[in-house]
This record gives sequence, C-alpha cells and structure tokens, in this order.
Amino acid sequence: MASEDVSPGRRKFLTGTVSVVGGMGAAAAAVPFIKMWQPSAKAKAAGAPVEVTVNQLEPGQMLQVEWRGQPVWVVNRSKPMLDRLQTNRERLRDPDSDNTEQQPEYAQNEFRSVKPELLVLLGICTHLGCSPKFVPEMKPQPFDAEWNGGFFCPCHSSRFDLAGRVFAGVPAPSNLKVPPYSFLDGQRLLIGVGPEGTS
Amino acid sequence: MKQPQGTLVRTLSSGVDWVDQRLPVVDFWNKHFAQYYAPKNFNFWYYFGSLALLVLVNQLVTGIWLTMHYKTSAAEAFASVEYIMRDVPWGWLVRYMHSTGASLFFVVVYLHMFRGLMYGSYRKPRELIWVFGTLIFLLLMAEAFMGYVLPWGQMSYWGAQVIISLFGAIPIIGEGLAEWIRGDYLVSDATLNRFFALHVVALPLALVALVVMHLAALHEVGSNNPDGIDIKKNKDENGKPLDGIPFHPYYTVKDLIGVGFFLLIFAFIVFFAPEFGGWFLEHDNFVPANPLVTPEHIKPVWYFTPYYAMLRAIPDKLFGVLVMGGAVMILFLLPWLDRSPVRSLRYKPMFAKVMYALFVVAFIWLGWLGAQTGSTIQTLLARVFTAFYFAFFLAMPWWSQIGKTKPVPERVTK
Repeated sequence: MASEDVSPGRRKFLTGTVSVVGGMGAAAAAVPFIKMWQPSAKAKAAGAPVEVTVNQLEPGQMLQVEWRGQPVWVVNRSKPMLDRLQTNRERLRDPDSDNTEQQPEYAQNEFRSVKPELLVLLGICTHLGCSPKFVPEMKPQPFDAEWNGGFFCPCHSSRFDLAGRVFAGVPAPSNLKVPPYSFLDGQRLLIGVGPEGTS
Repeated sequence: MKQPQGTLVRTLSSGVDWVDQRLPVVDFWNKHFAQYYAPKNFNFWYYFGSLALLVLVNQLVTGIWLTMHYKTSAAEAFASVEYIMRDVPWGWLVRYMHSTGASLFFVVVYLHMFRGLMYGSYRKPRELIWVFGTLIFLLLMAEAFMGYVLPWGQMSYWGAQVIISLFGAIPIIGEGLAEWIRGDYLVSDATLNRFFALHVVALPLALVALVVMHLAALHEVGSNNPDGIDIKKNKDENGKPLDGIPFHPYYTVKDLIGVGFFLLIFAFIVFFAPEFGGWFLEHDNFVPANPLVTPEHIKPVWYFTPYYAMLRAIPDKLFGVLVMGGAVMILFLLPWLDRSPVRSLRYKPMFAKVMYALFVVAFIWLGWLGAQTGSTIQTLLARVFTAFYFAFFLAMPWWSQIGKTKPVPERVTK
C-alpha cells in the first residue's frame, strides 16, 4: 500500500472504536468472574429460622444457638441486671439505640428486647466479628472497674452491657445486633422471623 | 590454547550453539551472572535477597507436595492436615518445612527491607525496585494470611474472620465487600476454597512475576552498596566498573555460604522447634475451627503483630483499619520521602542514626505488644510507638535534611 493512501483520521477512529468496544467486552467478561464470589444459592438457602425453647433458662443464664452459622444468645436477665442497666448510661456510645440498623423496630426500647427480661442478640462483635464472652458477674473486672455485667470481646477488648450496648472508647463502633425474632408462645422463640406484620 | 577435541565435546558444543542461535541462553547468563558487575563491598546484609529467593523455591516445592494430600473443604481440611502430619510418609517434614519457611520468609524479607532502608537502596534511580519489593511484601502478607487459614483451626477461622471484617470498616461498600470476599454470610467452606485457589495458584504466580520485575529493574540500574556510591562512575578502559566484580563466581559463591548457614538454622527449627513456642504455629490452631466460640486470646502470627498492635491501639474501627493499612502503604512512598543528600546511613548525621535506631526499637516493641493481651499500659505504649512509626516516615522529608552529613568517598570502602 502506498503511504499516500494512509488516512490518519480513519486509523485513529478505528483504533478508538476497537479500544472502546474491546474494553466494554473485557468489562462484561469480568462480571461473571466477580459475581462468582457472591454467596451461592445454597448459602442463601441456609438461613432458615431456628426455634428455641426458653422455659429451662434461669434468671442470669445465657443460652447459645446457631442461626445462619452464627452464634445467637438468649439471656434471661434477672431483676438486678435490668435495674443496673441505667447506671451504664453515661459510659455508653449509643444508650438509646439511635442506630436503627442494629435492632428491629420492636426491639428499639430501653431493654432492646420484646420482653424486658429476655435478651436476644447476635453474638458477633461489631468491631471485627469475634464472638464476645458473657461476663454476667456484676463486680469489678480487670478490663472494667465499674462492671455491671455484660459482654467482653477477647480480640480487641470491646465491651457491651447486658443490653448489648457498646461502651464508649472501645474499638467496636455500634451496639450488638438484635436479630429478627418472635414468640411462638410464652416459652418458644423463633429466631430469624419477626412478629407478624413486621418485615 | 588449542586442544584436539573429542567427538563428544564437539557434539555438545554444537548443541549449545544450536540452542543459542534460537534462544539467547549464553547472552542471558552473561548479562545476569558472568558479566553482571556488582559492587565489591557487599557485606552481611546482602545475603537476604538470595535467601528470600531460596525460601520462595522451598515454599513452592513443599507447597505443591502438600496439595497432593490436603483436602480443601471445611469438613475435611483440619483432619487432612493431621493426616499429613501422622500418616503420610514424611508428610510432617514437608509440612514443617512449609510452615517454618513461611516464618523465615518474613525474617529474611524484613532484614532485606531494613538493608534497603539503611543504605538508601530505594533512592534514585532505584525507586521502582523498592516499589516492586513493597508490592512483593504486600502480596506475601496476603499469601501468608490465606495459607494460615487452610488448616482450618481455631486461629485460622478467627484470624480470617477478623481480617475479612477489616474490609467491612470501609464506609458504604464495606459490608458488601466483606460478604463478597467471604462468599457467604460468615467465614465458611466457600471462603476456605477461594483462599486455597488464591494461595496455591493466583498469588504465587503474581509473586513470581513480581520477583522477575524486581530483579529486572535491579539489573537495569545495578546494585547499590553499603557506601551508597554509584560504582558506574569509575570505569576501567574496558568500561567495567573499577569497584565491581562479576556476580558469578564471586557472589554466587558468597551467597552459597549464606545458604549453608541459613539451612543450618532452618533445619534446626524444622527438627527441634517447628512450633517455635507458639510463635510460628499457634497452640489454638491445633483445635478445629468452631464458628461459635472465639479463643480466649486472639493474636496473629509474629510477622503481623506490629501492624496488629497498631490496629488494636486505635479506639475507632475505620481509623484503626486506615492506620494499619497506612503503615504498609506508606512504605511505597519511601523513595520520595527521603531528602538526605547522601544515600547510606554511614554518612548520615548522628540525628538520623538515632531516628533509625528508635524506629527499630518501635517496630520490634510493637511486634511484642501485638502478641500480648493488651492491657491499659500496653495500649498506651502501642499508641506512642504507632505515632513514632508514622512520624518517622511522614516527617522524613524534614528530618532527613537536618544535620551535617559526612563526606562520601569517591570509591567504595572496605
């Protein structure tokens, strides 16, 4: 081909279109590879609700069940435990549960529960996902001299009170999550499904 | 001198010629070994580059052999590692070589990086070598982390949980990103399988490619030396550096001595202290993963503890993650932070030497703190050292110009 036949504009246009079309093709081809990392249909289906019977749970005791492969705690809080919740107020980051992401509407109250004594929490620290320890004793602890009972995370020393509310000055940013739950009757809880009429 | 050649020699040499006309083997050998001129004043600190290469080969070979018996499944992984340890012939040896190699990889890489820091090996024109090296360090951390997840013990599981949750700290996209990395709503079989794929295929490929770039960039500009002098300034009539010696045989032989000593230490650990008192293999990892119970005291393996101490010292999720990530990312900027008129610490003023010494103290102490439970006083100390770590780098453009440097000699010293 003689050099005078070369058309720079045409060549530029062709290079440009090939780049754009090729780039879009590459981007589209990347989608399946990225999507393949998402939870599979099997993982999504594994989230079935769990039934718990609480009639054996004495005041002050905790019960742990597995829901979606994660620990869920059910605590039967005693009267003194409930009474001392208020004394933590000043030291908490979100005492009134203003962060609505962390609990369903029906648990957004003073006790963060449907029934005041029965606390239901997702046992996963809101910092980096460790499972905190249940420390129900209402006496000074090495990590807190004014301990009124609650949960202590061994990973990065985050502390939560007996309503799962996070203390100020710890790495965890928010209160422990309350999962959706409802009562089948007085003694049976269904974790994973809220009361009728809620989402 | 001419010698009558036998048929065999002639056949061999014509064979080499045949290949060389089609693939420049001899040319490559000369360029990178026989006629690659390295400064003649390399000292002890120059062993660790070649040793890192040796450990890389060890990890690749032992790793390939381990995959022959390892089962990639949350239900079987833990038992398959025990099977390798107890029932597979010599399985214990290959597995301990792999686990000890991982820790020693970080030993030699940390020393190698410190060498670069001391002698200004990252300064112009070697910035890219440093950038590739830091990338290797970053990938190595990812590689080590994912490898530690594979035995599916308690530390594997909860370590994975914590590290993946770090991504959850990113505003808006964080939670979705963490879920995408896990491939599930919790660390599970899906996570284990993808970490296996990344650990044995994707990351090693990327690591080897980066090592090639690291070396290609090094051989383009030539090695630095403890004096930080450019040896290409003084050349003889043949254009060879007066202070340079061919890499082969001089440094191949020197490095072999280093390899000998290194293997001695390596073998001692493999045979007598493979767990290294819980520093190389943590006790909690001999308990199968349990998604419902976090171990009492969670800590990473020793090579991550300095950064872990920084994460724990910050009482804020996002800021803590930023500080931890920033501590590694800031290394990339080093070539542009150092404004000292000289390269090597040898000719830097007393003030700079004190800063370097304090940096070493801060880094080692952070490493120790990261392995502790984190009492109030320890957290306070970790904050002080974290602040110093960042001050060392961020204020370097300023403090590296302070004080009077010593005169740099024309030629390399002993």
